[in-house]
Amino acid sequence: MQLTGNAWKFGDNISTDHIAPGRLFHLRSNLPELAKHVLEDADPEFAARVAPGDFVVGGTNFGLGSSREHAPTIIKLAGVSAVLAKSFARIFFRNAINVGLPVLICDTDQIAAGDRLQIDLGTGTIHNLTQGRILQAPPLPDVMIRLLADGGLAAHVAKHGDLVVE
Amino acid sequence: MGLTLAEKILSQRVGREVRAGQIIVCDVDVALTQDGTGPLAVRQLEKIGMEKAARPESTILFIDHAAPSPRKELSNDHMLLRSFAEKTGCRLSDVGEGVCHQIVAEDYAAPGKVIIGADSHTCMAGALAAFATGMGSTDVAMGMALGKTWFRVPETIRIEVNGELPVGVYAKDLILHLVGLLGADGATYKALEFAGETIAAMPMWERLTLANMAVEAGAKVGLIASDAVTQEYLTAQGRPEDYKPLAADSDANYERVIIIDAAKLEPTLAAPHTVDNTYPVTELVGTAIDQVFIGSCTNGRLEDLAIVASIMSGKHVAAKVRCIVVPASRKVFLEALRLDYIETLVEAGAIVLAPGCGPCVGVHEGILGDGEVSLNTSNRNFQGRLGNPQGSIYLGSPAVAAASALTGVITDPREVLGYAAYR
Ligand code: SF4
Repeated sequence: MQLTGNAWKFGDNISTDHIAPGRLFHLRSNLPELAKHVLEDADPEFAARVAPGDFVVGGTNFGLGSSREHAPTIIKLAGVSAVLAKSFARIFFRNAINVGLPVLICDTDQIAAGDRLQIDLGTGTIHNLTQGRILQAPPLPDVMIRLLADGGLAAHVAKHGDLVVE
Repeated sequence: MGLTLAEKILSQRVGREVRAGQIIVCDVDVALTQDGTGPLAVRQLEKIGMEKAARPESTILFIDHAAPSPRKELSNDHMLLRSFAEKTGCRLSDVGEGVCHQIVAEDYAAPGKVIIGADSHTCMAGALAAFATGMGSTDVAMGMALGKTWFRVPETIRIEVNGELPVGVYAKDLILHLVGLLGADGATYKALEFAGETIAAMPMWERLTLANMAVEAGAKVGLIASDAVTQEYLTAQGRPEDYKPLAADSDANYERVIIIDAAKLEPTLAAPHTVDNTYPVTELVGTAIDQVFIGSCTNGRLEDLAIVASIMSGKHVAAKVRCIVVPASRKVFLEALRLDYIETLVEAGAIVLAPGCGPCVGVHEGILGDGEVSLNTSNRNFQGRLGNPQGSIYLGSPAVAAASALTGVITDPREVLGYAAYR
C-alpha cells in the first residue's frame, strides 16, 4: 500500500501527555472531539492544519508515558496515515498496531518539516520526494503483521474467536 | 544456561521453557483497567459482542483517576464501568478505594502471577515477582475476555545494588538515579531485574516504588525475586497462601548488568520535563515551588506518609505553598489516621484528599497555573502532566517533598532541623 503526504516534524520524547493530555480526560469517550486537540501541547497549530494523509515524524522514544490507546487512535482519527520515528515507546507501538495506525522506524533526521514523503507499507520503503532520498524501515514482527492484516486486534479476535498469533 | 526471572515466571505459566525473543500466548491471572482506559476497553468488547470476562473474580475495573468525578462526562464513564461490572461479575473498585496499583499489591499480586493492566504502571506488581505489565485498552479488553494475551519474552537488564542507602536516601532516589543513567528509553522492550544486597534488605513499600518506575526507563516489567520480605508482606495482607519462592537462576543470561553502590547515592530529583533529567538535590536547592504533591502509586504508602509526618510534625507548610497529600488506598488512609499521621499533616497545613490518583494525571485537584512549579512524589513530570503545559514538575522522594513544603524552595531533606529519619 502506497501512502503519500507531508511530514510534520516533532522532537524526541513526545509523550502521550503531549498527544492526548490529561486535562482533556473528559473527552476520552468523545474521540472525534479529542482528536481536535491531538498533539496540541507539542504543536498548537498541528490539529487545525494537518491534512488527510500527512505523516507525524518524531525523534527517539515517540509515545512514551501512559498506556492510553486514545493517543494513537486520535492521531489516526486526525487523518494521519503513519507515524515515523527513530524509536517508539513499547506500549504506544503495540497500541498503534492494535488500532491499525502504521508505525515505521527510520532515521528521521533525514526528513525535514514539510517534506513530501511516499511510503510503501508492504516493503517499509520511505521515499523522501523533496530531498530525493530513500529510507528503509525494518519489517514489523510477524505477529504484528498478522494483527494489522486482520484490521487490528479486536477485529482479529472477532474473526478467529481467539488469539492465534503463536 | 539458566533462566532470568522474567523467563522463569513465563515458563512456569505456559508450562514449557521459554526464552527471550520468543512470542508466546500466555494465560492472564489478573486483568485491570482504570477510569481513563476502562470505558474504551468496555466499548471494544461491546463492539465485537464479547462482553464477558474469563476470570471475573480477578478482573478489576478501577475508578481512581478522576475520583470523585469533576465533570459529567467522567461521571457518565464511571456509570458505564459500574454497569459493565454488574453485568459481567467483574470486580469494581469504586471512588475512594484508592489507586489501582496499590490495591493490586494489597489484594491480588503474588509471585508467578501474570498481570496485565490498561495502565502503564501495572509493572509495580513486579515487586512481588509477578509478571505485570501495562498495555492499551484493546489489549486488556481481549485479555479480559479470553483470559490470555500474547507477549514477546523480554531480554533482561539486571540491576545489582549493593551497600546501604544513606540516611535521607530512599528507593525513590535510587530509581530516579537509575532512570537518569539508563535514559527514558534505555530499557524499552526489556525486563529490569533488581537484585543485590540492598534489594534483599529493602522493605516491600520501597520495592514497590522501584518496580513502579521501571516503565520510566521504557521497561516492560520491573521484577524482584520473592523472599521472606514478600512472604511477610503477603501475610500482612491476609494472603499467606499466595507466597511461593521465585528467583532467577544463577547462570541466567542477561543482556547487561548494571552495578550500583547504594552508599554513594544522594537524594535525587527529576527536573522538568522528562523523568531522566535527573540531578542530585544539592544542584537544585533553592528552586522556588508553588505546590507539593505527596501521594500516587509511587509514593503514597503508609511509610511514605510516616516520613512526611515525621518531618512536618510541629512545623508549618510555607506561606504560598499548597501541600496536597493523597493516601494511595483506603487501607493506607485508615492506618495513617490511626497512627495520627493525618492529624500531624493537617495541623502542619497540608490538604488531605480522598485515596486515589489525586492530581497525578492533571484531571483535577491541583492543576497548576501558568508558570507555576510543583514538586511531586509521583512518577512523571511530562509537560502538561499537572493539567497545564505552562506548568513545571519536579519529582523527588517524600522526604524531599516534605522538607521543601516547609521552606517553599527545593530543600535537601538531610538538612531539615530535627529530621528524624524513618529508617
Ligand atoms: S497515581 Fe498517577 S501514575 Fe499512579 S496510576 Fe494514578 S495517575 Fe497513574
